[in-house]
Amino acid sequence: MTDVHVLEDKSHFHGVWVFLEHRRQGLRDVSVQLIGEGRRISDLRNTVLTGVLLGNRVDVLATYALGYGLDRVIVVDDPLLEIYRSRPYAQVMAQLIRRHKPEIVLYGASKNGRDLGGRLHAILETGLAADCVKFDIDAEGNLDMIRPSFGGKSLAHILCKKHRPQMASVRRNVFIAPPHDPSRTGEVVHESVELGPSDVDATLVDFQEFVREGGLRPEEADVVVSGGYGLRDPKAFAMLQELADLLGGAIAASRKAVDSGWVPKMLQVGQTGMTVRPKLYLAVGISGAVQHLAGMQESKKIVVINIDPKAPLFEIADYGIVGDLFEVVPEMIGQLKVLKAGASGARTAVPAAAH
Amino acid sequence: MTDRGPTARPMRVIVCIKQVPRAQELQVDPVTQTLKRVGVPSEINPPDANALEMALRLKDQHAAEVVVLSMGPTSFDESLERAVAMGADRSVLLTDRILGGSDTVPTAYALSETIQKIGGYDLLLCGEETTDASTGHVGPGIAGHLDLPQITYASEIRIEDGRVRARRTAEDGTEWWETTLPCLCTVNFGCNRPREPTLTGKIRVERGGVVTHWSCADVGIDPKKVGLFNSPTIVAKVDTVRLPTRAGRIFSGEPKETVRQLLDSLIADGVISP
Repeated sequence: MTDVHVLEDKSHFHGVWVFLEHRRQGLRDVSVQLIGEGRRISDLRNTVLTGVLLGNRVDVLATYALGYGLDRVIVVDDPLLEIYRSRPYAQVMAQLIRRHKPEIVLYGASKNGRDLGGRLHAILETGLAADCVKFDIDAEGNLDMIRPSFGGKSLAHILCKKHRPQMASVRRNVFIAPPHDPSRTGEVVHESVELGPSDVDATLVDFQEFVREGGLRPEEADVVVSGGYGLRDPKAFAMLQELADLLGGAIAASRKAVDSGWVPKMLQVGQTGMTVRPKLYLAVGISGAVQHLAGMQESKKIVVINIDPKAPLFEIADYGIVGDLFEVVPEMIGQLKVLKAGASGARTAVPAAAH
Repeated sequence: MTDRGPTARPMRVIVCIKQVPRAQELQVDPVTQTLKRVGVPSEINPPDANALEMALRLKDQHAAEVVVLSMGPTSFDESLERAVAMGADRSVLLTDRILGGSDTVPTAYALSETIQKIGGYDLLLCGEETTDASTGHVGPGIAGHLDLPQITYASEIRIEDGRVRARRTAEDGTEWWETTLPCLCTVNFGCNRPREPTLTGKIRVERGGVVTHWSCADVGIDPKKVGLFNSPTIVAKVDTVRLPTRAGRIFSGEPKETVRQLLDSLIADGVISP
C-alpha cells in the first residue's frame, strides 16, 4: 500500500502527468486547460509531459490529445473503463502510478476528478491539493501548489515535500486552453493492468442529460448576468434572462439564490459552484460573500447593482449602481432595446465612443 | 465487511460531520482586506448537515440506526449534540492532541479506523465537501481506505434488499448508480433541508452521555500516521490577496440616469457594442 510514498530518494520520480477526462470521444475542457499548464510545469522541471487516458477504444482521442502539447499519452483501453467508475479508475491509476512513478499528477477538479483524486490519494498515501489556481516550482524542486483559502481572500502555498507523486486538482476555466497543433507528434503507449469484472463494484443504471434550455452556459459566455438573494423571487430571474439575452450572455446565481431553490445548482457561481471569467460580470442583488468572489473575481469587468451601498461586492466593482434592482434592471433592458433598435436603424443614435 | 444477514438487525448508518465557522458570517474587512474571524459562530458543515438529514430520512423509512462521527477538539461536542437533538441515535468524537494539523490523508485514515471500531456499518455518509477547506477528499479517501464502493454527490439514496440506488448530480446530467451495501456516499450540498432539533432530542442531550469520546489509543490509530508531521502536505505560507484594483465608479440617483451612465461607460470601454 505504501510503497509509492516512502521516499528515501525522490529522484526515482520523474515526469508530469495529466489525467485526461473525456466524454463522447472528446476531451473535457478542464483536461485541455491542464495540458497547457502541465506543459509549462514540465518545461520548468525539464521533464516529459504525459497524458493518461482510460477508456474504451480511445486511440484516436489519444493521438488527438498529443496536439495540445503532450509528449506522450498512456492509454489503458478496456470495455470496463468505458465510463468513469470510481473503483476501477482508482485501481488502474494506482497501478500506473506505482509502475511509472511520476513526480506530479494533475486532475481536473470536476466531480469525477475529485471522486478519483480523493480515493486515490488515500490509497497511495500522498498529498493532493484541491482547486489550485497557480503552480510554481520551489528552490528544492517541489511543486508549489497555490490554492485559495477562505473564498479567495488568501492564497495558501501547499507543498508535498516527502511524498510522491505530488498531486493537485484544478477547476475548469482557471487556465487557458492551449491551441491544438495537429502536426505535433508524440508517443501513444498502451499499458495493460490487472482489471477484471469483479473490480467493478457499481453500475450506472440510468443517465439523464441536462437539457440546455437554448441559452449559453455561464462558463462559456462573454457576459454573465448573475442574480442573488436580492431578487427575492424565482420569477425575477426571467428579467435577468431578458437582460442576458440582450447582452448576448448567460444567467448565473449566487449560492443564496440556489439554496433558496430559485435556480438550479448548475448555475451557481462561487467556491462551491463554478468559476467564471467573462468579459462582463453583472451582479444583481448579490451582496458578495467571499465565497462568491472566489468564482467571479477574475472577470474582466465587474458591474454591481445593489440597493445597499455598503454591499461588499462594490469593493471590487468597475462600475456600480446603487438602486432598486426592480427599477434598474427594467430600465437597463429598456435602454438596451433602444440602443439595439438604433444600431440596426439610424447609426446616429449610437454613441461614437464604441471601440 | 459485515458478516451478517441484511435483516439481522437495523441498518447502521454512520454520518461523518465536521464543525466549521459559519460561512455566511465571514466578511472581509474593507480596510485591512483580511477576513474577519473573531466571534464567528460555528455550525455543522452545511453539506454534512445534508448528509445527516439523508441519514435521518433513512431512519424514518427503514428504522436505521444513525451514528454520527466527528474528529476534532471537544468543542465539536456542540455539533454532535445538535445532531443527536435532530434525531441521531448516538455520536462519537475522535479527539486527541496528536491529530492536530492532520491533512486529508491522516484524516481519512483516522476516520476509517474509527468507523471500523464502531463496526457493523451498512452505509457511510459524508457531505460532498467542507465549507472551510473545500477539498471533498475525505469521503472518497475513507472509501479508498476501506475499499468500499463509493457514490459521490448523491442527492437521493434509496435502499432495497441490501442494494443502494443513488442519484448523482454530475456536470452534464443526472446519473443513477446502483451498488451493494456496505458503501460510502457523499451527499450533494443543498439537496434537502436539514430538520431542526426536536424537543425529545434536546431532552436526550440534556440528560447527557450522547457523545462518546475516543482517543487514538482507544481506537488503535497509529500515532506515526496522523497529525501535522505525518501529513503529506504542509501549508508553506499564506498570502493575503489584494483584489485587483478596479476603477470603481459607483452611480447613484435616478435609474434612468444611472443606467445611461453605466451603459455609456461600458460602451466606451468596448465591453458592449451598441
